[in-house]
Formats: sequence, structure tokens, C-alpha cells
Amino acid sequence: MSNSPTTPGIQPGRLSPDAYGAHFDDLYPAYDPHEAMVAADRCYFCHDAPCITACPTEIDIPLFIRQIQAGQPDAAGKTIMDQNIFGGTCARVCPTETLCEGACVREMAEGKPVEIGRLQRYATDSLMERPDHPYTRAASTGKHVAIVGAGPAGLSCAHRLAMHGHDVTVYEAQDKPGGLNEFGIAAYKMAGDFAAREVEWLLGIGGITIRTGQALGRDVSLDALRAEHDAVFLGTGLGDVNQLGIPGEDLDGVRDAVDFIAELRQTDDLSRLAIGRDVVVIGGGMTAVDAAVQSKLLGAERVSMVYRRDRAAMSASDHEIDHAATEGVTILTGATPVAIHGQGAVAEVEFAYTGGDETFRLKADQVFKAIGQKLVPVDGLATEGRKFAGVPLAGVWAGGDCTGGGEDLTVTAVAQGRDAAEAIHADLTGNGI
Amino acid sequence: MADLSTNFVGIKSPNPYWLASAPPTDKEYNVVRAFKAGWGGVVWKTLGAEGPPIVNVNGPRYGAVWGADRRLLGLNNIELITDRPLEVNLREIKQVKRDWPDRAMVVSLMVPCDEESWKAILARVEETEADGVELNFGCPHGMSERGMGSAVGQVPDYIEMVTRWVKKHSRMPCIVKLTPNIADIRKPAEAAKRGGADAVSLINTINSITSVNLDDFSPEPMIDGKGAHGGYCGPAVKPIALNMVAEIARDPATAGLPISGIGGVSTWRDAAEFLALGAGSVQVCTAAMTYGFGIIKELNAGLSQYLDDKGMTLDQLQGRAVPNVTDWQYLNLNYVTKARIDQDLCIQCGRCFAACEDTSHQAISMSPDRKFEVIDSECVACNLCVNVCPVQDCITMEELPLGAVDERTGETVREYANWTSHPNNPMARAAE
Ligand SMILES: Cc1cc2nc3c(=O)[nH]c(=O)nc-3n(C[C@H](O)[C@H](O)[C@H](O)COP(=O)(O)OP(=O)(O)OC[C@H]3O[C@@H](n4cnc5c(N)ncnc54)[C@H](O)[C@@H]3O)c2cc1C
Ligand SMILES: Cc1cc2nc3c(=O)[nH]c(=O)nc-3n(C[C@H](O)[C@H](O)[C@H](O)COP(=O)(O)O)c2cc1C
Ligand code: SF4
Repeated sequence: MSNSPTTPGIQPGRLSPDAYGAHFDDLYPAYDPHEAMVAADRCYFCHDAPCITACPTEIDIPLFIRQIQAGQPDAAGKTIMDQNIFGGTCARVCPTETLCEGACVREMAEGKPVEIGRLQRYATDSLMERPDHPYTRAASTGKHVAIVGAGPAGLSCAHRLAMHGHDVTVYEAQDKPGGLNEFGIAAYKMAGDFAAREVEWLLGIGGITIRTGQALGRDVSLDALRAEHDAVFLGTGLGDVNQLGIPGEDLDGVRDAVDFIAELRQTDDLSRLAIGRDVVVIGGGMTAVDAAVQSKLLGAERVSMVYRRDRAAMSASDHEIDHAATEGVTILTGATPVAIHGQGAVAEVEFAYTGGDETFRLKADQVFKAIGQKLVPVDGLATEGRKFAGVPLAGVWAGGDCTGGGEDLTVTAVAQGRDAAEAIHADLTGNGI
Repeated sequence: MADLSTNFVGIKSPNPYWLASAPPTDKEYNVVRAFKAGWGGVVWKTLGAEGPPIVNVNGPRYGAVWGADRRLLGLNNIELITDRPLEVNLREIKQVKRDWPDRAMVVSLMVPCDEESWKAILARVEETEADGVELNFGCPHGMSERGMGSAVGQVPDYIEMVTRWVKKHSRMPCIVKLTPNIADIRKPAEAAKRGGADAVSLINTINSITSVNLDDFSPEPMIDGKGAHGGYCGPAVKPIALNMVAEIARDPATAGLPISGIGGVSTWRDAAEFLALGAGSVQVCTAAMTYGFGIIKELNAGLSQYLDDKGMTLDQLQGRAVPNVTDWQYLNLNYVTKARIDQDLCIQCGRCFAACEDTSHQAISMSPDRKFEVIDSECVACNLCVNVCPVQDCITMEELPLGAVDERTGETVREYANWTSHPNNPMARAAE
């Protein structure tokens, strides 16, 4: 193959074989022990620390950093996991600049927060390297809970329930557990097979059975789950995507960004993954940024990310947008797609300046739509907007992206799964609520 | 450029910085490199008596205490005096002094506690035309078990006796190096003065164990599973050294006795502090061992600029802080201050709150939106908050003017008065 970034069409192998490894490796490599000591030393051990409040899972951040300072990163990892069993993923994927690090007093003082995310990775890596799983199960309660969806919400719920002595079966539609950790998050944030290793590690507690290829609504019904289990938790995420509803949307080369990213994440050899020369990504969220950046990393010559409102309204964080710009993505705002043109396959996308009539066209041989995900409805439960309208059924709980309230972040899904587990536990054991 | 040249008990050097007797001064090669770099003088690594050379351990000889970024904060060692033949050292000393006549060349000595041994070595040192001798009564390990070093330095009578022998058998200026491993540093200084010493130098290293190996359960440095206490030096010991220097400088019995200040000098500022407390020269070991001889450029330039900025000469700096070193009982009990938190500088970490609330006087309030304010009616002015605050000058201590009311005590701020006349002092009442 002798393709290059300028080869027309949607083509694989635009880069030299070794470029792929470098492009999709850890964006922020792990600290070595000395770097970690220096980074940890910057923590002031604030009283009633603002970073703890800013973390949706309320990790005791000053405590875990102090444990790193004191030479026990694995103990620090345990402090993290006590609150957030996906501490490893969160260390890699949380938009820390708007969460813990955004609240760090050193951000206020110097514009340079303590690097909490990277320290969290150092600590959780240390803990996960230990051969033993750090949690044990309470005596069996004889209760059995069904969980639908093996994403962060479902598995966080499962782990906490298993810890309390309940038996858990997880019903997962895909052939692999992990949810968007496995299929969605950008590859350079979850380098290697971290998502799979983390699930493996989490299951080390025991008492959790995952049944893959089992979709609610297709292979099992909610009624059946309720009948066979003492409680049900729904962590199904957002399985459907919004459509543009403009002419040309079904032309070849027009694709959903989440699909593309899922394929990318599941491809062993990225040099075989085809990518356009001129890629246009429509949307302004994290998914749009990830699709655009990874297109660029696969060797697309020109990648434009086009959003209909202004930059401030983009749901991707400043940090993410800056990263996209650094990777060479062109960011256009205030332009709404009105039509996709081409003979059989896409050739151009036509945009109107938002709120006006004037239009312009961008050359494209590949278009990724990243304009939002929504729920796949479940029989018996009402939907409001793109999420569940609430879960009024006795013995049924829900959490993660499929429920309202969260910001569609891994960390909120983990928090909601954990809290639902505590509520289920209280319900099943009659310990009040 | 301020004139840094120094005349310390007749020993001249272009600046007050000497390398202390230690590995940096153990041989010609090192000392010549030091002089090339600009050091004012050296105290040659301690020489022992004629005979089979000293034997050092062949395992590690240093233990250390580091900051998070491996900044060396304290060093300890179990090295002995020079392990090179006396003959070789004397030959090199003579050569270096001849090649570098403007630099101070002081020779450190430690021989058995009898007059003959001292007489013999002094004659040999005089032949080198060195500028003076320093008597090592300080080394806390290895030599002390053999009745030398701090074994002598801890007994004032021995110090006096040996110093007397040295003055009797030599025309050279004699500096007595003191060990800090003693309850009252003034006693050995007084003994040295009685014996006729021209000066004292201090401190030598402090008995210490820097760390314990928690896998092998031995002190560090570990030699084949065992460790011995060693001598502590470096930045960590400076506060102890400063106090000991000040004690000697202000004690009427020893006031005016020249002092060469040693212990943790790392920057010009440390040196200036020793000089202000009465030292006439400073000696440096650990800082040179950590960063090499190049630091002398900063030491010289910094001191020079400080003196220029202050419009002071080196002589005017020397001893300038001594009159202000006093005893607790003379401190002004009517000097009342209150902590003040600059809300613009505050980064809301809450460390002042935790410190005052948990461990002090509950004198800082915290609002739900993390505003921290001092409660004057509770603040005792300890200034712990100032010291734990990570932002410089964010918390300061404000003096209450005469006539103001201290909200904590309800008392009006009055003129100077100290403990000696305080109504709660039984001694004060007894004197009435
Ligand atoms: C491209 C992309 C990038 C992202 N990047 C980040 C990031 O960098 N940082 C961040 O914090 N968040 C990021 N997110 C958001 C984050 O991934 C989600 O918020 C999080 O994964 C939600 O977890 P969840 O468990 O609720 O849902 P999911 O992770 O979506 O998991 C739901 C699981 O349920 C399964 N399922 C669905 N329906 C059924 C059914 N009917 N029966 C059985 N199983 C079913 C799914 O197969 C899946 O395994 C990103 C999202 C996307 C799409
Ligand atoms: C390895 C080592 C060896 C030393 N050897 C001697 C010595 O032979 N004679 C002596 O008087 N002091 C010796 N000292 C003490 C130093 O001269 C000096 O008094 C002490 O280190 C304090 O100064 P510093 O804090 O600048 O290091 C030695 C110190 C070290 C670190
Ligand atoms: S000076 Fe001491 S008592 Fe006063 S506020 Fe600060 S810590 Fe509290």
C-alpha cells in the first residue's frame, strides 16, 4: 500500500506503519515515581478541600496524594477505588480541568493545578498491579440483582452490590463488557487494552456474572428480569443517535461518529482502517472532537469540525477543543448543515451561517455526524427528551447516561451506579434509605 | 562591588568563604580546583598522627534526608579523618600554599590526647607554611571512641589543656572546632578561650541516624546489615549552628572571641546570617559536596550585592544582629500583634483554618464560601497561620499601636514591659 494523506477517497494506510503506534499511544504517559513525588508535593492538603467537592464521586483527593507522598501509591489507589471503582478510567478520561483540577486552589493561585488526574492514574496503576483484588465480599445475603448494561454505571453498581454480599448478573447487549470505555472513549486516552483489563480486575471481587449478547427488549424483558431477581438496575447508556434530517444524509461516506469510533476502538491494526482525505465532522461535543482528532491521527489531510452555535456553547471542554486545534483540526462555529451533495458518495457538505441565508460548501469524502445520542426506549418505561423520564417501577433503579441529571461523563455514571447500589442494598436488607 | 576580603585572626583571604575540613579539602587536586573556582580558603581535611593510615568503611558512608524533588536537606556521614599518609598531605599543603599565597590555608588536626603527639605534628605543619591550625574536637564517630574528636570536645578541661599545648608549641593561629553534641556550647568555648585559642569554629556534625531501613531493620547507611550513628550536616543543621554561634557571640565570657561559622551554609544569605550573628568567616562543606565548587560565584556575588544594597561594609555586617539576641524574659510583653489575611492574595486552601482551629486558638473563621477571617478577640498572635500559609505575605502580623485595645485581653497596649517586672512573675514580686 502506498497511500498518503493526499490520496483521494476513503483509504486505509495513509501513514507509515509505525506512525499508528505513536499516534494512538497514551496522550499523557504515566508518571515515573520521581515525577509523581514532585507532582504530589505540590498538594497543599487543603482543609475541606474544594477538589473533593468538585469530584462527582467525592474521592478524598488530598488524602490519596498524601499517601503518594508517604510512599504508598497502592494505598492511595485504594482510597480512590473506595469511592470510584473506575478510578483508573476516570484518571484517564475525566475532563479534570472542569472537575477536580478546576477547583484546585493552585489553579486559582497560579493557573497551574496539582495534576490530580495523572496522580490518580499513578495511584490506581500501582494498586491494579498488585496480584490481589483489594476488596472482599460481605457474607452472602442470598439476594440476586440483575443489571442491564456492562458500562461504567452498571459495573460500578455491580461491584458495590457484590461487596455487600449480593449476587449479580449483568446483561450486556454487546459481545464485550465495558460500555463506552471499550467502544467510545478516544483510543489515546485508553491506550492498550486498559478498558478490558480494568473490567477483568473489577470482576476479581467475585459474585458478578456477565452475560454478553443479552439485550433487554430483544433477548430478555424487563418483566422477566423483575420476576427473576430481587432488584434490577438499568445502565443502558444512550444507544441511539440523532439524525440531521437533511438531503444527502444517506450518501456513501456519511456515517455516525459513534459507529466510526467504535470500529476504530475494536480494530487491531489501525493501518487497515480507512479514512477520508477531506473529513467533515458535524457537532460540538466530546464525540465530535474525538472523531475529528482520530481522523487526523489516522492520516486524513484536512479535518473540519463544524458546530452550529458559538464556541462557548460547545459541550466539549476548552482543553479538548485546544487539543483538537493542536492536532490540526479546523474548527468552524456558527454554521448549520443544510445539505450533503454528491453522486452516490459524498463530495461536499453545504452549510448556512446560523441565523442567516448565506451558505458555503466544504469539500468532503467522509462525513461524521456527532450531533448527540439518545436513549433506546424500554417497554414499560417512559422517555423524556433523550433519557428515561424517571424510574417509577418498584425494584427498578437506573443510572448513568440513560438517566437525566448527569453530564454524560464516565465519572457521573460511576457515581450513580455506586449510589444506586447503596440504595438497592438498603432496600434489600431493610436498612432504611 | 563590596570588598569581601577578610582578615580572620591574622589569616587573610579574598572572601570569607572557606571550605570546611572534609572530603572537598582532602587533597591537592580538589583544593586547587576550589581555588580556581574562587574559594577564599580551605581548612584541610583533618590530619592524624604519624603512623599507619586511618581505615574507612568500604560500604556507603552517607545517609541523607531529601525533599520531594530530591533536594538534599540533610546529610550524615561515618567518614573518619584523612586516610592518606601524613607525608603526602603535608607535601601537598606546602605546594598549594606556595602556589596560592593569597588564599587561607588552615590545617585541621586530631592526634591522641598527649602533649608529645601535638608537639610533633605542629612542628611538621609549621614547615608547610600554612596560615593556621584548626583543632578537630568535633568528630562524633569513629575517632571519639579512640579518645579523640568529640571525646575531647565534650570535656572542657581537655579542650583547655590541648589548646594550651598547641599555643605553647606553635606560633600559628589556633582555631578550636567545637562539637554541637553537648548541652551548653558556651562551656567548651570558654575553655578554648582560657587555653589561649585565637578563635573557635562551629559546628561540627551532629550525632544522628537519618533513617531506618524498614526491610532490613538497620540504620542507614547500612553496612552489611548494620549501621552506626553518623554526623549530620547540611541545610537542616543551620538553625542549630546559628543558635550556638549566637550563644558564644553574646556571652560576656566569650564575647569578642573570633568565630568561624559552620553548618548548613548553602547560599550567600546563610553566610550573611552567620556573619550578622558574629562570625568572622564561614565554612562550607555539604553545599559544595552537593553542587560542586561553582556555588562560590553565587556566594560571593550575593553577599557583595547585599552589602552594596545596604550600603554596608563586611565589618559593619559582622556581629550586627548580636545585640538583638536576647533572653525570653526581656522580650516586650506589651508588643501586641494580630494576624491579618489579605483576601486578594488568599487562595482559600484553608490551611490557616485547620491549623488554628485544630491545633491552636480557634481564631480563624471559615464561611461557607471559603472566606477565612481572623477573630481578633481570640488571636494570641502566635503566627502559626503565617507559617503554614502557602502564599507568601498573604497572612501578616499587624502591630497594635500604643493605646489600642487588645480585643482578646481587653487591655490597652502600653509601653515596653517584660517578664522581669510582670505581676504574675513570683520572682518579680519577691524583688519588691
Ligand atoms: C465518543 C465518546 C467519547 C467520550 N469521551 C469521554 C471522555 O473523554 N470522558 C468522559 O468522562 N466521558 C466521555 N464520554 C461519555 C462516557 O463514555 C459516558 O458518559 C459513560 O460511558 C456512560 O456510562 P454508562 O454506563 O451510563 O453507559 P455506556 O458506557 O454507554 O454503557 C451502556 C452499556 O449498556 C449496554 N446496553 C445498551 N442497551 C442495552 C440493552 N438494551 N440491553 C443490554 N445492554 C444494553 C451497552 O452495550 C453498553 O455496554 C464519551 C462518550 C462518547 C460517545
Ligand atoms: C564526609 C564528611 C567528612 C567530614 N570530615 C571532617 C573532618 O575530617 N574534620 C572536621 O573537622 N570536620 C569534618 N566534617 C565536618 C565539616 O567540616 C563541617 O563541620 C560540617 O559538615 C558542617 O558544615 P556543612 O553543613 O556546611 O556541611 C566532615 C563532614 C563531612 C560531610
Ligand atoms: S496568629 Fe495564631 S492564634 Fe492568631 S489566627 Fe494565626 S494561628 Fe490563630
